[in-house]
Amino acid sequence: MSEPAQNPWRTALTAAAVLGFFAILGSALVGLAYQGTAERIAQSEREALLRQLTAILPKDQYDNPLLQDYLDVSAPNELGTEATRVYRARRQGRPVAVILSPVIARGYSGAIDLIVGIRAGGTLAGVRVLSHKETPGLGDRIDVEKSPWILGFTGKSLDNPPLDRWRVKRDGGEFDQFTGATITPRAVVAAVKKSLLWYRKQGLKLFDRPTPKVESRHE
Amino acid sequence: MSEISYRRIVTDGLWHNNQALVALLGLCPLMAVTNSLVNGLGLGLATTAVLLMSNLSVSTIRHWVRAEVRLPVFVLIIASFVTAVELVMHAWFHELYKILGIFIPLIVTNCTIIGRAEAFASRNPVAASGVDAVSIGLGFTAVLSLLGASRELIGQGTLFSGAHLLFGEVARAWELTLNADYPGVLLAILPPGAFMGLGTLIALKNLIDRYFDRRRAELAPAPATEPEQA
Repeated sequence: MSEPAQNPWRTALTAAAVLGFFAILGSALVGLAYQGTAERIAQSEREALLRQLTAILPKDQYDNPLLQDYLDVSAPNELGTEATRVYRARRQGRPVAVILSPVIARGYSGAIDLIVGIRAGGTLAGVRVLSHKETPGLGDRIDVEKSPWILGFTGKSLDNPPLDRWRVKRDGGEFDQFTGATITPRAVVAAVKKSLLWYRKQGLKLFDRPTPKVESRHE
Repeated sequence: MSEISYRRIVTDGLWHNNQALVALLGLCPLMAVTNSLVNGLGLGLATTAVLLMSNLSVSTIRHWVRAEVRLPVFVLIIASFVTAVELVMHAWFHELYKILGIFIPLIVTNCTIIGRAEAFASRNPVAASGVDAVSIGLGFTAVLSLLGASRELIGQGTLFSGAHLLFGEVARAWELTLNADYPGVLLAILPPGAFMGLGTLIALKNLIDRYFDRRRAELAPAPATEPEQA
């Protein structure tokens, strides 16, 4: 393989050419794969999102295209993040509910991304966990796949239970904690309560502003 | 070049040179994603796919890639395939993609893949390299699945939880729950459980090997030279 005394320039240039050739080939492959999957990925993302929204608000309760009717809000103090999208469900033009995604709670081991649905009247349509890093077997019971705990929020509002009972039981509130994990449910309860307070402050005017034009791509 | 024994390639890949149990390569994904059978299987199959494509291409080009640039070329090839596999998983196995997350792009850094490219595919014909990739890949997948299954079983008393992520909605019914009251052993799901589980699997493999070595020694009465014990 190694013949001595080859022109070093020649060696270097062929090596560079070979490497360059494969760089182009590799980029072409990645480009093709991207072209072939981009549409399907976008569709999967939409389907996944719609599944999450539907889990909170069944399809028969609204008649507008939910994914194309939203507002982007920034309320880091109340919703835990600077970028929350507010999907607005309407029926025959009248407000039905808003779904906030994400609302971020500070859990035991980092952010817990929640999706919170609030009916126009201020009661909870439902809460689900989008992603979390809580301890498996302890804090992860906030996940509906592991335990029905999070379903307990459905139908609650700031009057039911009264505001000062919006805590876990250990703190004198209404909501169960888990054996061995209080911090996680405490964080979730606090985040849901803050979203409700935020919604009360915003009120129905959330439904008035038009969806921003920029991001609404094809259909 | 000596004649290629496909049988040898297959048994090496699956057992004698199992990348996870013998070569101890690719341990980072092995430890991280094996908290359930489906996760282990998913990453194992993705790794096998990358390995197959990389071995086939490296073997195809083995005669005309200069020695000095061969490693960067291999890395380029592997990285391109991994990106392609990542895109495909994102498109068709969206939920599983989300769970495996960073470990799909990290397949690039799995030493098994560049190891097979360098040690095998760059010196052997295409067909043999393909067989090698499939054997090595399945050997790795088997360990990932076995470790995932035992950790899931011990940790939360289920098997095949989340099977629908890989096999579609039909598979939702596959989940087996041994005993609804099983309290679960948290340790098995947390990272230490991965180390203990892998250690146990390696010990088991060594026990089995030793058993067969002894059997062979008993069956062969002639005092032929014993293959040395590793």
